[in-house]
Amino acid sequence: MIHLETDVAIIGAGGAGMAAAIAASEAGSRSILLDRSLIGRGGATVMAQMTVAAAVGEQTEDHWTHHLKDTLAAGRGLCDERLARLLCEEGVAAIRKLQEWKVGWAAEDGHLKQVQAPGHDRPRCVYVDFLNTGPAVSKTLRTQVIRHDLIRRVGDLYALDIVLRDGAAVGVLAVHLHTGEPVLVAAPSVVIATGGLTRLYRRNSASLNMGGDGYALALRAGASLIDMEFVQFFPIGHLAPRLIGMDPIMWDPFRYKLGGRLLNGNREEFTQKYGVADGGRYQITRDQATYAITKEVEAGRGSPAGGAYLSFEHVPEAELRKAFGPIIDKLAKNGIDLTKTAIEVAPIAHYHMGGVRVGTDMETEVANLYCAGEAVGGANGANRLSGNAITEALAFGFVAGRNAAVRAQAAGAVGDIAADAAEGLAMLQAKGRPDAPNSAALIAALQDLMQDYVGPFRTQEKLTHALAALRRMRGELGDTPFGTGAAYDAERLDWYDLRTMLTVAEAVTMAAIARTESRGAHQREDFPGQDAEWEVNQVIRLAGTGELTLERRPVIREPELEAAS
Amino acid sequence: MSQTARLTVQRGAPGQAHAERYDVPFEPGQSVLDGLRWIRAHRDPSLAFRFSCINANACKECMMLLDGKVIYACTERLTDGEMRIEPLGNKALIRDLVTEIAPPDERL
Repeated sequence: MIHLETDVAIIGAGGAGMAAAIAASEAGSRSILLDRSLIGRGGATVMAQMTVAAAVGEQTEDHWTHHLKDTLAAGRGLCDERLARLLCEEGVAAIRKLQEWKVGWAAEDGHLKQVQAPGHDRPRCVYVDFLNTGPAVSKTLRTQVIRHDLIRRVGDLYALDIVLRDGAAVGVLAVHLHTGEPVLVAAPSVVIATGGLTRLYRRNSASLNMGGDGYALALRAGASLIDMEFVQFFPIGHLAPRLIGMDPIMWDPFRYKLGGRLLNGNREEFTQKYGVADGGRYQITRDQATYAITKEVEAGRGSPAGGAYLSFEHVPEAELRKAFGPIIDKLAKNGIDLTKTAIEVAPIAHYHMGGVRVGTDMETEVANLYCAGEAVGGANGANRLSGNAITEALAFGFVAGRNAAVRAQAAGAVGDIAADAAEGLAMLQAKGRPDAPNSAALIAALQDLMQDYVGPFRTQEKLTHALAALRRMRGELGDTPFGTGAAYDAERLDWYDLRTMLTVAEAVTMAAIARTESRGAHQREDFPGQDAEWEVNQVIRLAGTGELTLERRPVIREPELEAAS
Repeated sequence: MSQTARLTVQRGAPGQAHAERYDVPFEPGQSVLDGLRWIRAHRDPSLAFRFSCINANACKECMMLLDGKVIYACTERLTDGEMRIEPLGNKALIRDLVTEIAPPDERL
């Protein structure tokens, strides 16, 4: 067993985790920034090809209160207004900080370029060309992280449990993937920055490591989750022809810059039938487009691969080149010429609005346990405004890191945590199961189930089928890890992932069954339309019996904001 | 129409390396990573290889050797015929296709 010790243990080294580590270091605390994958390469930030929303007011006059108004409207009445405000207000400083660190936001005529994404009242979204926003943000943060001597970076470390003493976090139990050896990271404060849960779905735009790790860690530690039923599907994820080496979300920036036309299998525009004209401009919001495409496919008017066409055939080649130069060559290598062919797109699981409940200091209900980035729930309510994800990663990351550092300094060293981690350590010693089912096939079955039964359009029948199937799978998984726990034991890793994914999938499904209305990203075909009675959040906990419990809570408002607007 | 790639994959821990063969059905356009994931879900879940971003070529984790040449498994396409897959030769072997690729100061 390996013992490590630090002030702040940060789980997840994507945008939020790196921001937290930098802020902790600036506040004078040491941190260990750990990730199951490579540092700064996993998670969602590095894959983001789109834009970042913040009221920096460079393209046109703007103020964070305008951004907040749009964020709350997109959230359909369910945003925790304190967190949404923090996102919009702190987001401005976060974007400026990245600018100072030379991230390379696109600029012209002496100001940053800002585009108007759907749901925003004005051009507000900065970006890095070409389709390079996420990689540039990741690289910039990574460069900063490396400059801080107080930050220790450790990759290939898989977090299994938050270690608790007297109900407060005192560190992390992890396993070193390369050796299979248990690792205890003793720390007086811990930050969860593991991103969302989109790996639960067959069609997703996530990294492998976005299986909801942080949600399960938080639940098992005694924290609660909020808004778990709200999974955002990105409507125009790439579907066909097969495209490699590119993020399936890539068509969004194309639409910002060039419009493009959404067409059904008969090559007709169709979104107006569902109430939103989109004619060549990018106006339709994500939930509206997901609905329109899904319904058109169900009506037998889908594209050949089962989605919609996205056509740029009317855009002159010179204009395509000017907007996306090197990307056009990459497409050519995949045999795609946009002037001659419409590509096919379909909804893809993209982001999770729900997550761990925190206060404005990013502390969870478990003392000394913080959370940051997509793993946090509440800020985005029932639907996230386009461009808010990286803003949230940065803003919440900085806040969490700063506060976790202050707490660590106040709490002092925690000493040896081996006795506190005894239960988790015992599980790691398991010898495995000779009759274990194929773990990779189980994960695929789980993804199929969630895609087909807990996707963007839900019914009581589909959801209860899914819940029963998930509980059956939990039985199949059992309490004994597969594999032997040797070096890079892929089956054992799958078992840990399945333990997490099944718990989190059950949380999503339970919350979806209970919410008998349609709102934002949660659409019930048997309960169409928004119901004012349901303007409440749902909160999930893990009871001592190992079962999940669900309760309703009033939405947290910020009265002074409403008075001001 | 489905075709078949005949993959010879190096398996095992350091000092116990051996080759195993798998016939992998694929649709034209699919990647080597698609093929390796198919093997895990349909033949042997113990096959170990690294990847994170799956398709975007953003994480750069899925480096390995194809017929002796360094590739990213996510951007290299499967072909209808023999393909030899091995771990990177210049990095320490962990198991199967997994090698120590993290920068030295980011290891435990």
